[in-house]
Amino acid sequence: MSAVKLGVVITGGPYTRQASDTAYQFVKAALEKGHEIFRVFFYNDGVNVGTRLTVPPQDDRNIQKNWSELAERHKLDLVVCVAAAQRRGILDKDEAGRQGKDGDNIAPGFRISGLGQMIEAGIVADRLVIFGD
Amino acid sequence: MPTLHMVNKSPFEDNALQSCLGHVLKGDAVLLIEDGVYGALAGSAVAGMLGQQNGAVSLYALGPDLAARGLSEKPLLGGVDVIDYGGFVDLVTTLDRSQSWL
Amino acid sequence: MVMDEGPLEGSVTKRFLYVNRRAPYGTIYALESLEVVLIGAAFEQEVTLAFLDDGVFQLTKGQDTGAIGVKNFSPAYRALGDYDVTNFYVEAESLGERGLTLDDLQQITYEDEDDDWKEKPSIRVVSRRELAAIMAEQDVILSF
Repeated sequence: MSAVKLGVVITGGPYTRQASDTAYQFVKAALEKGHEIFRVFFYNDGVNVGTRLTVPPQDDRNIQKNWSELAERHKLDLVVCVAAAQRRGILDKDEAGRQGKDGDNIAPGFRISGLGQMIEAGIVADRLVIFGD
Repeated sequence: MPTLHMVNKSPFEDNALQSCLGHVLKGDAVLLIEDGVYGALAGSAVAGMLGQQNGAVSLYALGPDLAARGLSEKPLLGGVDVIDYGGFVDLVTTLDRSQSWL
Repeated sequence: MVMDEGPLEGSVTKRFLYVNRRAPYGTIYALESLEVVLIGAAFEQEVTLAFLDDGVFQLTKGQDTGAIGVKNFSPAYRALGDYDVTNFYVEAESLGERGLTLDDLQQITYEDEDDDWKEKPSIRVVSRRELAAIMAEQDVILSF
């Protein structure tokens, strides 16, 4: 089968919902099959995947770390929605400065951008898949 | 122009599966994932809902989610195919669109 | 997929359907879905909104959130016509199951530029069967 360009949207919060775990397994399987992941967009409570300050128990998976490492290995574009992130306290350095906050917490391999990035994924990708709550 | 419908909720707590089945068209596929796989059990109170599809739609359940929930050996409804994440990817890429019934 | 006839060569117009199945305020999904619709309108795609199951509660008139201390975002649906978002499909069965009729929903209208700017209703009540057919015509289905 020829390669397909996939857009992935994650709206379920990490640990509370399985959505980010299912999406991770799906993206790994898609990459193994030679498909292209155009973008992974984090929205709603899904933005909470993108904080580097989580400390899950050592005998469980680390959702943020898994995504950061997968992104580095495969040059994935992990985008956290800025509006949803601001509501939930996910900030990068620029945003923390702009909002007068005393620190940032965005995880390696993630970037914060607008909702337009999700619409663009819908337009550019051959298929868009949503993993949610 | 078939659609892949994805259901991730147990039919015993949420109407997503019921609503999904009310909107499927002939030739579509329904994939049960996460807690949605509870809907694939044979002999349950909601088994009739999926049974009524009578082959008009293809039914799938995600094997890793069945296994995680201790359901690998449980009898499933007739016509439900168990697939892995690779099979999930194949469904997404071969059908025309995917719709998540969240 | 419909090829755009606009100035950008090679650009495509896709059909985007926003499926709303959740009631407002109890969870954030209705609000954050609306925020996507507002941003997405700038991309000049073909946009349709579907309201079914508890999603029909998003459009009820007379919402007053003062006493729960949460922002009332229901007026924003009436502004969508100004962004060329004019196709609101509300499922008849979902209304009926909840004891609602069209009269329980806010009036949402748009001015039709192809018909002398006549004011027309954005909401159309359709059957479950009709809505299923509308879903099957889409390129991208967003649901939150």
